[in-house]
Amino acid sequence: MTLIKTTYNRRSFLKSGSLAGGGMILGFSWLASCKPTPEQVSNIPKEWFDINSFLKIGDNGMVTIMSPNPEIGQNVKTSMPMIVADELGVDWKNVIVEQAPLNTDIFQRQLAGGSQSIRVGWSGLRMAGATAKHMLVAAAADTWQVDASEITVDAGVISHTASNNSAGFGDMASKAATMPVPEEVKLKETNDFDIIGTDRRNVDGPNIITGKPLFGIDIQEEGMMIAMIIHPPAFGMTYKSMNADTVKSMPGIKDVFPIDVYKDDTEKQWSDAGSIDKLVAIVGESTWQCMQAKKALNVEWEESSALESTEGHDEALTKLLNTSSKQPARKDGNVASAFKKADKVIERTYSAPFLAHNTMEPMNFYADVTAERALFNGPIQTPEFLEKTLASRLGMPVEKIDIKMSRMGGGFGRRLYGTFGVEAAVISQHMKAPIKLVYTREDDMTQGTYRPTYKVKYKAGLDKEGNLIAWHVKGAGSNDDLLFENRFPAGAVDNYLAEKFSLETNVTTGAWRAPRSNFVAGAEQAFLDEVAEAAGKDPIEFRLELFDRAIKNPVGEPEKNDYDPVRYAGVLKLVREKAGWDGSQKNGVARGVSAYYCHNSYVAQVLDLATDKKSPKVTKVWCAVDCGIVINPMAAKNQIEGGIIDGIGHATYSEMTFEDGKPQHKNFDTYRLIRHKEAPKEIESFFVDNGIDPTGLGEPSLPPIIGALANALYKATGKRHYNQPFITEKSVIG
Amino acid sequence: MANFSLKVNGKTQEVDVDPTTPMLWVLRDHLKLVGTKFGCGIAQCGACTVHLGDNAVRSCQLPVSAVGEQSITTIEGLSENGDHPVQKAWLEEDVYQCGYCQAGQIMNASAFLKRNPNPTDTEIEDAMNGNICRCGTYTRIKKAIKNASSISNA
Ligand code: FES
Ligand code: FES
Repeated sequence: MTLIKTTYNRRSFLKSGSLAGGGMILGFSWLASCKPTPEQVSNIPKEWFDINSFLKIGDNGMVTIMSPNPEIGQNVKTSMPMIVADELGVDWKNVIVEQAPLNTDIFQRQLAGGSQSIRVGWSGLRMAGATAKHMLVAAAADTWQVDASEITVDAGVISHTASNNSAGFGDMASKAATMPVPEEVKLKETNDFDIIGTDRRNVDGPNIITGKPLFGIDIQEEGMMIAMIIHPPAFGMTYKSMNADTVKSMPGIKDVFPIDVYKDDTEKQWSDAGSIDKLVAIVGESTWQCMQAKKALNVEWEESSALESTEGHDEALTKLLNTSSKQPARKDGNVASAFKKADKVIERTYSAPFLAHNTMEPMNFYADVTAERALFNGPIQTPEFLEKTLASRLGMPVEKIDIKMSRMGGGFGRRLYGTFGVEAAVISQHMKAPIKLVYTREDDMTQGTYRPTYKVKYKAGLDKEGNLIAWHVKGAGSNDDLLFENRFPAGAVDNYLAEKFSLETNVTTGAWRAPRSNFVAGAEQAFLDEVAEAAGKDPIEFRLELFDRAIKNPVGEPEKNDYDPVRYAGVLKLVREKAGWDGSQKNGVARGVSAYYCHNSYVAQVLDLATDKKSPKVTKVWCAVDCGIVINPMAAKNQIEGGIIDGIGHATYSEMTFEDGKPQHKNFDTYRLIRHKEAPKEIESFFVDNGIDPTGLGEPSLPPIIGALANALYKATGKRHYNQPFITEKSVIG
Repeated sequence: MANFSLKVNGKTQEVDVDPTTPMLWVLRDHLKLVGTKFGCGIAQCGACTVHLGDNAVRSCQLPVSAVGEQSITTIEGLSENGDHPVQKAWLEEDVYQCGYCQAGQIMNASAFLKRNPNPTDTEIEDAMNGNICRCGTYTRIKKAIKNASSISNA
């Protein structure tokens, strides 16, 4: 066992009255596979005892575990409590999960983003469980007058063999709650885990399949009205005027008015990026009435900055890539002289469009603002930051602001930016009534905060033996300079140069699932494939040679390199074995391989396309992952599958384009998302079992799959794919 | 505004709404049945799928005035205890990620399986193609549908 000090955010382990309760929809782990029997329902305890901020124990041994982080579909609401439960030693079927309240004094980083919930939460969650177990054991030791070190805990039962004593958690709960919080606790050895590493079904599953009101958009409160917004039709336009008289008298419409979402002195957080500061609000009794009013209302807009176009963005990015930066992001050796010496030089440019997040649940937020306090509920990945902005905008101390975190119908980064929460607050304040702000799909898709548009140019030099001797990369993006200069193949090539540029645009951009990686991985991995071919080498062998170099004799200071070549090579070897990769192509099947590291996790993939159909179809994807300890394999695989389908879908079909500042796609009739028929037939995932502390999984499977797809498409069609979405290059899959 | 008497999940309910109001908003705003979801409002995503009689329809395209005597079933009324074979199969496969599209997926899948209890993979894909899942749970949905077909045929 590992002895560990509980100084880590110690306040979390002190007793607190902060545990939420009544009226919430609970996630019952023991309901996850079936309907409760009457016996189970009566298992709700008569009394709960707060042990610490993460958990309370009922008089019958049921345990409620708080899930601290927002749930966007990454399944933290199941996997984070699993970690607590394992250290506590409770039987998972006796666990109830509740969404924790927003309280960053006791819970750490209550944020969904960067695939960091598990990695950052890991130690604290373990300590929460271990501390509670320690207190239960102390209570038993005191009751039985035995040595605590002789006591064992298994599946909610505390036993002392020598004295023949045993008790359930429920029997000891009230006493345990009075025990001092230990200064240090023992954590389990990784091979003693009995919940971590096992398949556990989503605790909200039964609520999802029966249509329970879990999501922000489902919120219904007494006296609540519906609010909608109208935002400018183009980037570069701003509100001028409107005549709302006739619309105000439409049935059910309560008010129509312009709002200043932020005031000049509002302290904005990074999460307010992409805000549109002046909007028109429509408030009414029902959604349909608001939608009708929205259509009928004539708003005048005026130009406030340039009206940009996709063509213009493309030209500007190309221009940037034709310049040289005065300060390269990284420089090893001398690429110019290496290219002169090279036997072969290859240069290729890749591009990708803006993308909308398109969470299935459009943006929405509930707000009830009075002079005394402000209540909020809704889907937000960054509740802590929203709370800060709200405090400043409403001129209210944070203590008077309460934000509940609803389940989210998808995040993908979009809900990191909570401007809709501020809009809801301002509208509620104006109406002096509770409102639920709901975006239409059109509002949602044309509002901005897009994945930036990118271009990257790679140049590689090979010597006569097919060794990579020079690598020059130039990356550019809208409001984002794209490159991670210290990632592979930095450190594996003697002569390496990375230059990056950012193009300022008024089309707003933000983090989109696996920011930057979501483009640069596919481009880099497709380029490597082409370079390996030019070198006459198998693409896996070629990469392994480079990792070997980075392991044995890294270029530059090794600590500068932002990846571990051993783990990187590990996933490639694993996927090679699982997919039976031997470099040969079977009849009717085209194969591509790819590997990438991001969000602290390593992923390698092999993708098979069936080529005997009218258009190529993804038949199978093998995915090898090193994310350290896997908390919940069933859920982890779900994330991997989702990332793969997401990556294939967006690289193949999706794009947002602009004319005169206007988004050219407003809904799913022309903005194409991947559908059932186009999804891979089968995805198989494999994990490297190394006992390393867990890392992220919400994002890492997405970036590399685009490279694997491009490489397989080349084998299938004989044509390399440089520009996303690939469908514009006439390679329809599915 | 007009009065409509609707048969929803086996109960008769009265609403007083604009006759053009899509059933999606009658369900969500007026009958407080929020299990049926809004995704696009233009018949592209399937999130709003309900049963009209035995058929899966998109409630965002179904004006309340067109419903008449026909019965409507929503996700809340698919089964009394959440134990319809399709729901059971969804639990078994742990299909959902965010879960938002799943009511629509389940309603479409259950109507489809009623018509075609032993579908092939291609038939499943064709039948389900109108339901977008932004989280990408398509492979699990397909497995769950096959699973449900064997549960109900057992
Ligand atoms: S909301 Fe009806 S199909 Fe999308
Ligand atoms: S599970 Fe999230 S959209 Fe389908």
